Parts: sequence; structure tokens; C-alpha cells
Amino acid sequence: MKHSTHLQNNPRRKAKPSQQGHAWLLHHLYVLFSSLGRIARTPLPSLMTAAVIGIALALPTGLYLLLENVQQISNDWESVAQMSLFIKPEINDDAKINAFAKKLEQHPDIHGIRIITPAQALEEYRQLSGFGDALKALEENPLPAVIVIQPASSEVEANQRLLKNLEQLPEVDIVQFDMLWLKRLFTIITIIRRGVLILAGLLSLAVLLVIGNTIRLAIYNRRDEIEIYKLVGATDTFIRRPFLYIGFWYGLFGGLIAWVLVNISLWLLKKPVKQLAILYESQFELVTLDALSSFILLFCGALLGLAGAWLAVGQHLKNIQPR
Amino acid sequence: MILFNKVSKRYPGGYKALIQVNFHLKRGEMTFLTGHSGAGKSTLLRLIALIERNSSGQIVVGGQNLSRLPNHHIPYLRRKIGMTFQEHRLLFDRTVFDNVALPLVIAGFRHQEIRRRVRAALDKVGLLNKEKSYPITLSGGQQQRVGIARAVVNKPPILLADEPTGNLDPGLAREIMNLFVQFNQVGVTVLIASHALGLIKSMGYRTLILQQGNLIGDTYPRR
Repeated sequence: MKHSTHLQNNPRRKAKPSQQGHAWLLHHLYVLFSSLGRIARTPLPSLMTAAVIGIALALPTGLYLLLENVQQISNDWESVAQMSLFIKPEINDDAKINAFAKKLEQHPDIHGIRIITPAQALEEYRQLSGFGDALKALEENPLPAVIVIQPASSEVEANQRLLKNLEQLPEVDIVQFDMLWLKRLFTIITIIRRGVLILAGLLSLAVLLVIGNTIRLAIYNRRDEIEIYKLVGATDTFIRRPFLYIGFWYGLFGGLIAWVLVNISLWLLKKPVKQLAILYESQFELVTLDALSSFILLFCGALLGLAGAWLAVGQHLKNIQPR
Repeated sequence: MILFNKVSKRYPGGYKALIQVNFHLKRGEMTFLTGHSGAGKSTLLRLIALIERNSSGQIVVGGQNLSRLPNHHIPYLRRKIGMTFQEHRLLFDRTVFDNVALPLVIAGFRHQEIRRRVRAALDKVGLLNKEKSYPITLSGGQQQRVGIARAVVNKPPILLADEPTGNLDPGLAREIMNLFVQFNQVGVTVLIASHALGLIKSMGYRTLILQQGNLIGDTYPRR
């Protein structure tokens, strides 16, 4: 073999850029899969590390799904939120009530209406209350006509505005629309949502630390190897790479385990929830992890793995210098 | 190629490994560095590859002033310096081929090029038939030669060897030395630290002599 005797024998300058790019990509792929192989060589400890990460990721994911489900239920409730307009007793003529109802139906904020005439109301009351005989004693129907309104919007503010408008109408006696409990529920959900975010933040930190510690051990186990790499001219970037990929794999596998755990839990809950929904005559279906949420979960896992590895490598690689 | 100007190396405890060392190795020169154990031979080699930094004085390698070389440039300096070690420093979980290929992989060579160069280097040191072996199955002399193949595979202009014949019998030691002579003949600047005085004398090259950190001799062979 021939030796060049000058110092500027940098091979990167000699090779064509495209070929170098090719070699670079191949090298990355090689490191990606060889670090996977390294993890697979110690299956049980690797699995345990990934499982810890998985559980840490599964908790906020599960809570997030719980919130989504509660949100869905409360949305259902909100859509059935109705306003009951009690018409003034002096308007007891069916034709007048119908005319008023027609007028209301034109209102853009009103989705639909249903008229309960005094007669219907009395009949309903008779059936449900059990005071049927006592009601017979009444000379005249004391119940007013009621128009039940389905608001077009599900926003609280819009409905408050509609409520004010309706109250000012001359035909209307009182409007019944109790949104307060729904508002309270939403506020509680907001608080829980914040709590889930905090929990997710803390558990992400835990994932970072778990991966960081795993990578730290991996670095010190390969101390001699790293020294030799440095002696023959490896840059820090080069030495860092396999450890970053190990972090990436741990994070990804952790995400995968979290995904499996959450789906098993959902599967276990599915039947009892279905039974409960039947009891409530509800069409409620459990919100599950869709494709996008699954992707986000895996992506976050992998990203946390990379970040944890990055932190550990940056800290510990500097300490290792060839002897 | 390698210039030492009043170079000293003090360790934190106050121990002085090298004191005011001056010498100049020209491009393509072959030189031995000798002295008793602890005279500072290894330290001197380590300063050249920036495994350690000198405390005072100037070291210039290939036109680069090492005192001014920032840490992140060190890998690129080391790629221009092939180095062998007394304790070989091979990766024992990799084959001979993978060990020798390491500097090329690090420098980003293509697969075919790595294959070609590694085989050429192994052929040069006479270990082509061992490329699939693991270092642990090789003798001390063979491991040293794997180390030499790794040091030269990148065709560096400078070759540093720390006690390359440490535990070898005289016949093997001479074979190893002859390998370095061959590399020198194609233009590589070679600096070999060794305490095998008899062997060094018989080789007939320039010799630097260290004693307790002082350069006490710089002899050229009579020709």
C-alpha cells in the first residue's frame, strides 16, 4: 500500500459528495440496527427498562382518554340542553301558542321546538305523578303551555344570550335553563385536564431520568471501547450516535408498551361500560386511541428517549478521555 | 514534521514527566526514543497525539501548533497519526477485520474501500488469514501486528509506536521493527518508543534518549 506523505489526506474531500452521503446514510442505518441488536442481547433488563417507561407513559395516556370520554359524555348532555319557555297563563289559546312557536322557529339561534299544550302537560302530569284523582277535582287546568327549545349552538355564552332574548319576549313568563351544573362540570374537567398535564410533565421527567440512567450505565460499560474510539480519531458526534439510538429504541419500545397497556385496559373496560350505557339508554361508545393519538404516543416516547440519551451522553462522554 | 520546543509536562502532584525537551523530526524520518521505565517516553508520545497536553513549551505537528488546537479538532489530528500501544488496545468483542477497519469507519469511508484497505493492511502485517478471528485467539505478537495494521490503515503521515516489542522474543521483535522500517520507506514519519537498546542499536537509526524527563542524548548512527 502506498502512503501519502502530506497531512491533508482527508478522504471526505476526495470522494464524491453523493457517495459520501450514501456512506453516511448507510452508517446511520447500521448504527440504528446495531444499537437495536445491542438492546436485544440483554432482553430481560432491556424489557424491564422499557416496561418502566411504558408504565410511566401509559398513566398520562390513560388519564387523557378518561378525560376525552368524560368530555364526550358532557357534550352529549350539552346537546340535549334544552330551554323550557313557560308561556304566560293568559295565552291559553292553541292557535296563539302555535303562532308564537312559528315565530320562534325562525330565530337563527334556535335549532328546533316542541310545544307542550296545557292539556298535554296535564295529561303527562296525571300519568307520572300518581295524583290523577286529585287533579280531577280541579275546575280548570292550572298548567301553562310550555315550548321546549333546542338551541342551535352548544356554546354556553351563545345560549346565555339566547336566554336573555327569550326572557324579554312579552309572551314568555319564565325561561328555565340550568347551565350552572354543566358549567361546574366543565370547570372541574379543566382542572383535571391541568392535573393530567402536570402529571404528564412529571412522568416525562421520570422517563428522561430512567433513560438517562440506562444510557449512563451503557456508557460506563463501554468505557474501554469509547477510549479506543477516541484514540483512533472518533469525534464526539460519532461516539454519541449509538447511545442516542439506544435511547430512541428504549423510548419507542416504552411507547409501544404504553400503547398495549392502554388498549388492554380499554378492552377490559369495554363490556361494563357498554352495560352501563345500555342502562342509561345511551349510545355512548368508549373513546379509544385512534391512529393519530397512537402515533403521538410513540413519537413522544421516542423523543423522550432521544432527549434522555442526549442529556446523559453530553454529561458523561466528556468525562471519558483515553488513558 | 514533529517539533518540540522547550516542552515540559508537569502533573498536578508536582511530578515532572518531561523537562524542557527540544527536538525536531523531519518529514519521513525514522527515530527511536529510549530510556528507562518512567523516563517519559510514553508521555512524550501522548503529547504528540494530544492524549495529554503539555504544561509549557511548544509542540508543532505537521505545521499545527498543538497548544492552539481546540479540543474539538483533536479527533482530526489523531486521524493523521497512527499509534500503536504496548497493551494493544484492541476491541475484544470485534473481529480482527473490524478492529483494523475502525479508523476508516470513523472517517466515513465507503464499504468497498474499507474492505480493500483493511485487507491491504492485514496483508502487510501478515495476518490476512486471521481477519475473521477474534483478538483473544491471537498471540501477543499477532495482537501487536493487528494494532499496527489499525494504525496504518488510514495511511497516516505519522506513525507513533509505544513499546511495540514489549513482551516479544527477539526474533519477533525484529520482525515488528522491520515492519516499521517498511512503512518509513514509503515516506511515513516514524517515532518508536522502546527500551530494547540492543535492538535499537542494531537497527541503525536516529535515537533520542530520555532520562527522568530530560532529553540527554540525540544520537545519529555512524554511516
